[in-house]
Amino acid sequence: MWLGFVLVALCGYLLISLFALVNAKSPHVSKSVYGATFILCALIFFMSILPRGSGTLTMELPLGVPWIGMHFRIDNLSVFFLAVINLVSAAASVYAIGYGAHEKHAIRILPFYPLFIVAMNTVVLADDAFTFLCSWELMSVFSWALVLAYDYAEESRSAAYIYLLMASFGTLMLLMAFGLLGGADGAYKFASIREAVRGDWKTGIALFLVIFGVGSKAGLVPMHIWLPLTDPAAPSHVAALMSGVMKKVAVYGFIRIVFDLLGPPDYWWSVEPITLGAVSALVGVLFAIIQEDLKKVLAYGTIENIGIIFIALGLALAFKANAMPVPAALAFTAALLHVLNHALFKATLFFGAGAIFRATGERSIERLGGLIKLMPKTALLFLGACMAIAALPPLNGFVSEWLLFQGILLSPAFPQWGLRLLAPLAGVVFALCAALGAACYVRVFGISFLGRARSKSAEHAKETDRWSLGAMSGLLALCIFIGLIPGFMIDAISPVAQSFVGGRLPEQHFAQWLTISPITEVRSSYNGFLVAIFVTISGLTAYWIIHKLWPRPVRFAPAWDCGYVDPTPFSQYSASSFAQPIRRALRGIAFTVTEHLDMPAPGDTRPARFGVEIKDRVMEYIYRPMVFGVNFTADRFNRLNYLKIQEYLAIVFGALVLLLLVVAI
Amino acid sequence: MIFLFDLLRQGMQWMLVLALAPILIGVIRKVKARLLRRQGASIFQPWRDILRLFRKDLVIAENASWVYRFAPYIIFSLTWVAASLVPTFATGLIFSWSADLIVIAALLGSARFFLALAGMDIGTSFGGIGSSREVMFGSLAEPAMIMIVFIVSLVAGSTELTEIASFMLSNTELRVSVGFALIALVIVVIAENGRIPVDNPSTHLELTMVHEAMILEYSGRHLAIIELASSLKLLLYISIIACIFFPWGMAPHDANMEDLLYGVLFYVLKLVMSGFLLALFETSIAKMRVFVVPEFLGGALILGLLGMLLAFTTRSL
Repeated sequence: MWLGFVLVALCGYLLISLFALVNAKSPHVSKSVYGATFILCALIFFMSILPRGSGTLTMELPLGVPWIGMHFRIDNLSVFFLAVINLVSAAASVYAIGYGAHEKHAIRILPFYPLFIVAMNTVVLADDAFTFLCSWELMSVFSWALVLAYDYAEESRSAAYIYLLMASFGTLMLLMAFGLLGGADGAYKFASIREAVRGDWKTGIALFLVIFGVGSKAGLVPMHIWLPLTDPAAPSHVAALMSGVMKKVAVYGFIRIVFDLLGPPDYWWSVEPITLGAVSALVGVLFAIIQEDLKKVLAYGTIENIGIIFIALGLALAFKANAMPVPAALAFTAALLHVLNHALFKATLFFGAGAIFRATGERSIERLGGLIKLMPKTALLFLGACMAIAALPPLNGFVSEWLLFQGILLSPAFPQWGLRLLAPLAGVVFALCAALGAACYVRVFGISFLGRARSKSAEHAKETDRWSLGAMSGLLALCIFIGLIPGFMIDAISPVAQSFVGGRLPEQHFAQWLTISPITEVRSSYNGFLVAIFVTISGLTAYWIIHKLWPRPVRFAPAWDCGYVDPTPFSQYSASSFAQPIRRALRGIAFTVTEHLDMPAPGDTRPARFGVEIKDRVMEYIYRPMVFGVNFTADRFNRLNYLKIQEYLAIVFGALVLLLLVVAI
Repeated sequence: MIFLFDLLRQGMQWMLVLALAPILIGVIRKVKARLLRRQGASIFQPWRDILRLFRKDLVIAENASWVYRFAPYIIFSLTWVAASLVPTFATGLIFSWSADLIVIAALLGSARFFLALAGMDIGTSFGGIGSSREVMFGSLAEPAMIMIVFIVSLVAGSTELTEIASFMLSNTELRVSVGFALIALVIVVIAENGRIPVDNPSTHLELTMVHEAMILEYSGRHLAIIELASSLKLLLYISIIACIFFPWGMAPHDANMEDLLYGVLFYVLKLVMSGFLLALFETSIAKMRVFVVPEFLGGALILGLLGMLLAFTTRSL
C-alpha cells in the first residue's frame, strides 16, 4: 500500500513533465512545474521519514519485459536514499522557482527535470536487474539531456558527449555484472540473485565490474573525467541534483549489490573500494584547490567526498567480513551520514554558485571579489555551507569525518596483514584530504566574497531572490541541526546498519547531554551541542567584557597595507596565487605543473610573460593512450570501407568458417 | 556539592589557561633575551602589551566586512574553548568528554579557517600572502596532528585526553611509535605557532612572514584579542605535549585541594621548562625558506605515518 502510494506519486512527476510540454509557451509554466515538483518531493520525503508498519514491502507490476514484469521493493536502505533524494530535490525545486524564472530556454529543462527525479527514485526502489538497469540508464539519459540544455556552448556539447560515453561504459559494466550474477537461467530478480550460490571467481569478476560500473556514475577516479565537465555545464539546480544526489544513487547501487546481493563478503572485497576511494579523495581535492571555475571546484569536491564515502564503505566491508559487527556499523554509519551531509551542503554550495552566476554572470572566481557587501545573505549561507564541507565543528561535515576517524582507529584489529597496512594509509590520505578541503573552501569563499571586486560585473552584483535564499537556508539549517545533535541521525541509520552489516551502534538518542560515543564513553565521545554552547558563551563573554571595560571608538580609514597604497584591485591575491603554495608543495601527485617565465633582457621593451601549464596525470597516462589506441585501430580498419565486392565476400566466408569452427570445437 | 566542585575546577582551568598564556610568551622572550645577553623585559610584558592595546582606539579599513570584525572573537573563543578542554593540572574535568583530541585539533582548524578569511577580507596583497601560506602549512600540519592522535590513541585505546593521560601514567615502558609521535608533535607545534624556523613571531615586513601578514591591518582590541588567542594556542599545544608525554603530577579526578595545588605547581613548572627549551631551540637555529617548510612538515607527516604503521602492525612497539 505504502509502496503503491510512492509509485503513484512518481507517476505524478510524469504528469508534470507532460504538463510542461503542453504548456511550453505559457510564461508561468516554469513556476508551476517547479512548484508541483516541490510538492511531490516533499510528499515522498515525508512519507519516507514517517514510521511505517513493516520493514520491507514488495510489489510487482505487469510492465516491462513480458513474463518478467517490474519488481519494486522498499527496505530501510531504500527509504534512507528515498529521503535524501527527495529532500534535496524539494530544495532544488524551491530554488529553481526563483532561479529558473530568468531562464530563456525553460522548455529545454522543464520536461526533463521531473523525469530525472523519477528515474533516481525508481533506481532505489527497483527489485530486479531489468528495472534497476532501465532506471539507471534513464537517469543517465535525462541528466544528459539537462546537461545539453545550453547546447549553443561548445563546452556543453563536448561535456554531454563525454558524459554519454562514460555513462554507457558504466551501464555496460553493470549489465555484464548482472549477467554474471543472474546466471544462465536469467534469474534477474534480486531475490533469486541473493539466494544463488556462486563460485569465488564469478563473484570476484562481478565485484570488479560493479565497482567500475558504479564508479563511473559516482565519479571514482579514474572514471571521473566527465564530472568536472557536466556539473559546470548544467543549470545550477540540476548541477546540485547531479552532484549532491545522483552520485549518491550510485553509492546506493554499490551498497545494494555488494552488501546485499553478492552475499557474505570476503575480506579482499574491501581492498578495491578503499584504494579507489583514497585515490579519488586525494585527486579530487588536489584538483579542486587549483580550479578557477567555481562550479568546477565544487565538482572536484564531489569526487573527493565520494572517495571518502567509498573508504568508509570499504572499511565497513572489511569489518563485516571479519565478523566485527559494531565497527562495521560504525564505518557504515559514517558512510551513510556522509551521504546525507554531502548532499545537503553540496546542494547549498551549488545553489550559491548559481546565485553568484545570476548576479554577476561570472563563473571564474578570478573575476569575483567583495560580494559579501552586495550579497550579504547569500554570503552568510555560502559561508555556512563552506564551513560544513570543510568539516569544522560543530557542523555536520565534522561528525561524519569524526566517525570515520573512529572507524579507522578500530582497524588494527584486522587479522589480515594487508588490511592492517591499507587502513592507516587510507587514514593518512583521508586526514590530508580533510585539511586540504578546508584550505580549498577558504580559498573559494575568501576570493569570491571577501576582498575587493575584481571585475565590473562583480561590482554591480545584486542579492539573489527569496526563493533561492529560502532553499539555501533550509538545507543549511539541517546541516546545523545534524551537527549539533548528531545522535538523532546516527540512531535513524542504526536499523539500516543492522540489516546490512549485522550490527548496530549503541543507542545515542538522549544520551547524557546529547553526547555521541559510538563505541564506549571511555574510548571516544563528542558533543557538538555543548562545544557550540561553550564557543558562543566564551565569545560573547569576551565581547561583552571588552566592550564594557574599554569602550574605545572605532575609526574608519583606507587600508594600511604597510603604507603602500594600491588603487587597483589586481594587486590583491588572486585565486591562482592563493593556490600556488599548495600547488607547488603537492605537485607531481595528481598533476604536473610546468611554469614558463619569459623575461626580456634589460633594455628590451616587450612585456615579460609568466605562464603555468598544468597536466592531468589521469588524462595523460590513461585516457590519452586509450584515445590514441581507438583512433589508431579505427584508421587501420578504415581500409575495410573501400574493398572490392570479392574481398567483402571473402571476409564474410572467412568469418562463417571461423564461427563454424568455434561451434564445432 | 560534588557537581559544584567539578564546575569550579573546570572554571579554574578556564581562567588559568587564559592568565598563564601571555606569561608563557613572556618567559620565552625573557629566556631568549638572556641567551642573547640582553636584560629582556619582564615576563608580564605581554600582558601589559595586551592591556595597552585594549585601551587604544581602533582603526578599521573602509572596505572591511563583518567577517573582519567578528573573526577575532570567533578565533579567540574557539582557541579558548579548546585550551580549557585539555587537561592541564588535573585530569577528569567535568566537560572533558565533550571533546576528544580530534575535536580539539578540529577546533583549532576552525580558528585557522577564520584567521585566513580575516586576512583576505581587506583585499590587500599582504593579507592574501599570509592566508595562502597559512593554509598551506595548515594543510600539512593538520594531517600530521591527526596521525599523532592516531598513534597515541592506538597505544592508549582512547582518543580522550583524560584516558590517554592516565594510561601513560600507568604504562611507563618506552615505545618507538610514541617517540615518533613526540618528535612529530614538536614539529607541528613549531609550525602551527609560527615559531622559528618556520616563521618569526617578532618581525614585521619580512617577505617570509605568515601569521603577522594576516593580522597586519588589525589594531586596538581586535589585535589584542588575536594576540591573546595566539598565545593561548601555544599554551594549548604545550599542554597537549605535557598531558600525553609527561603526565606526571597531574591531579586525578577525585583529588583534594592539596593535590590540585601540587598539580598547578607541576603544570607551571612544565610550562617554564618547555618555554626554556623552545627559547633555546629558537636561538640556536636560523629561519628557513617558506618552501622548505612543506618538507619540514612532510617530515612530521612521515614520522606520524611510520609511527602509526608500527602501532598498527605490532602491539608492543
